[in-house]
Amino acid sequence: MKIEQAPPKLDRRTFIKNVLTGSITGSLLLIYPMGGGDALDMLQPATIPDIPVQIPGIRGETYEIHERKFAFIVDITQCIGCGSCCVADKREYKVPDGYYRTWVERYIKDFNDQVYVDCPNGGLDGYQTPRTDIEVQVRDTFFVPKLCNMCKETPCTQVCPVGATFTSPDGFVLMDSDRCVGCGYCIQACPYSSRFLNPITHTAEKCTWCYHRVRKGLLPACVEVCPTGARKFGSLRDETSEVYKILKGPGVLTVLKESMGTWPALYYLGARLEVI
Amino acid sequence: MSGFHEGAAMLLSNFVLPNDLHVHWSMMIVLYPYITGLVDGAFIIAALYYLFDIESLKPVARFSLLFALAFLCCATIPLLLHLGRPERNFNMLLTPNPSSAMAGFGYIYAVSMGVLGFIVIFVYRADLVKLKHRSRGMIKLIYRVLTFDCDDLSPRAMALDDRIIKILVGLGIPVAAVLHGYVGFIFGGVKANPTWSTPLMPVIFLFSACVSGISAIVLAYIVIRKLTGSSMDGPCIITCIKTLTGFFILAFSFEMLEVFSHSYLKSGYHHMVEGLLNGPLAASFWLWQVKICSGIPLVILGLMAFIRLPQPRYNLLAAGVSAILLLQVFIMRWNVVIGGQLMSKSARGYTVFHPPWIDKEGILTVIVVMIIPFVILFILGKIFPFWIEDPRLD
Repeated sequence: MKIEQAPPKLDRRTFIKNVLTGSITGSLLLIYPMGGGDALDMLQPATIPDIPVQIPGIRGETYEIHERKFAFIVDITQCIGCGSCCVADKREYKVPDGYYRTWVERYIKDFNDQVYVDCPNGGLDGYQTPRTDIEVQVRDTFFVPKLCNMCKETPCTQVCPVGATFTSPDGFVLMDSDRCVGCGYCIQACPYSSRFLNPITHTAEKCTWCYHRVRKGLLPACVEVCPTGARKFGSLRDETSEVYKILKGPGVLTVLKESMGTWPALYYLGARLEVI
Repeated sequence: MSGFHEGAAMLLSNFVLPNDLHVHWSMMIVLYPYITGLVDGAFIIAALYYLFDIESLKPVARFSLLFALAFLCCATIPLLLHLGRPERNFNMLLTPNPSSAMAGFGYIYAVSMGVLGFIVIFVYRADLVKLKHRSRGMIKLIYRVLTFDCDDLSPRAMALDDRIIKILVGLGIPVAAVLHGYVGFIFGGVKANPTWSTPLMPVIFLFSACVSGISAIVLAYIVIRKLTGSSMDGPCIITCIKTLTGFFILAFSFEMLEVFSHSYLKSGYHHMVEGLLNGPLAASFWLWQVKICSGIPLVILGLMAFIRLPQPRYNLLAAGVSAILLLQVFIMRWNVVIGGQLMSKSARGYTVFHPPWIDKEGILTVIVVMIIPFVILFILGKIFPFWIEDPRLD
């Protein structure tokens, strides 16, 4: 039996319609591969590491992303400038030499109230010897770890022209390196110089407070290795956490460059006037 | 040491935050506002003739449009060279972040290009029709495309053309102002950098753009006419120089006002700004930008305004002062873009920057990028006659 097939419609109107539909669909496909699937995967980590829980209430529970609230506190009085945090961070992210997601500064004050600050190699080697380039009578010295301030009013997120840097509903300021064009505007906008342009990927990079670890119930790498507990991280929804007790307690906490109006979520305990 | 406050704020250790050692916006970001500035200034000259009927500018009006077009074609080259991932540049147009000042660039640039392109086509339409009839082959096809194959040169059609040109140029002025003022805002909107973060920044950029563009037109007109052995139109050069004088006085006043504001208001980190201008930028700011490239032109422009000079001497001074002002604006861009980044956000120290010769953002690349608009201008000149008395139009 002969099967009758309708002849294809080849009039001009159909042709233009097909070309337009094809172009629009093609363009949308070009625009749309944003890796939405990966983000969904992150909601329920497929592999839970065989490491004991460090942040309670995350592993094995539904991660209500809009309900979570975390805080990071740096206790300057506890930091000994060993540089372990910097080493852990460099290993966690393979940070290229000369660039820093986190670093530790050394402050020296003399008897004339002069302040001398240095940070050789970002503090990665630890401060094992005194400064030899200045000859002053040291009255006081202390170390200041620095990292992303996870601002509420984020200048970096505001200026990113393509939306590659964004704030997640649980407050983390993150980078999508697959979307970043490497313009460097976020680097200029960050008042804390927490960002850099990775010379290998040519995209902007920053500290994430180890979001990938937090989502698995693990502490940020720098917090985990800190031998003195100078770096503290935890959930503010957990009233037994150390950060909750400090933040809700009577102690004096400060943030960096408050006048910038960025509302950091990184708090400093015992930060001196000289710390900028 | 005496008093209460020694050492508490003025910090001596020249401490630069570890990520601030790198100057991320380098030569290409100096060049980009320079190029858009040239476009703006050249367009102003054309606008003065086509919209505000300043007849004495007629000899350079068409050339100014082509000059602006040639440079506008190249405005994105420095940006693409600067981007870490230039292949993703369309993300800015496809998925722009509405809160970002930078995200508007693609749209503003596209509108400027469209408006300028149409202005050129309408301004040249009568000539293009004439040239189409006299040419053959490929070039005839180009003229057919540029005239949309329309030969109508009737008085009614020409009157309509004039009206369209006026509307387009009227539209072009805010577009050109936005294109360049916006570049200034990209810097002015960075609150983390005290040298950039001032509402004066777009204004300074806009006026200095007019200075550089008008200077470029004056210099190019004089050099091209001299090289081709053609006569120069005295009143045209005089009007250009008078306009240039006005814009330069405004630009220089605002540049100085910004420094004065910092020093008088003594707002946060002013000690860093003062230290920058008197330290790492002492030579490029005070000596080159202010004393040499602004002081000397002010004297020369004053002489040209108040003393009646023979035209050849006037033209020579016009070319000289334009060349110095082109350098002034380039140095100003350098001092803003590079200078601003020399200051660490530690508020305790300054980094250093030496541009490499061979690099995708190096000095050689700057030279090549600056040659490309002139090549485009040369090619445009083959299609669109620069001057009204071009023999091809006889």
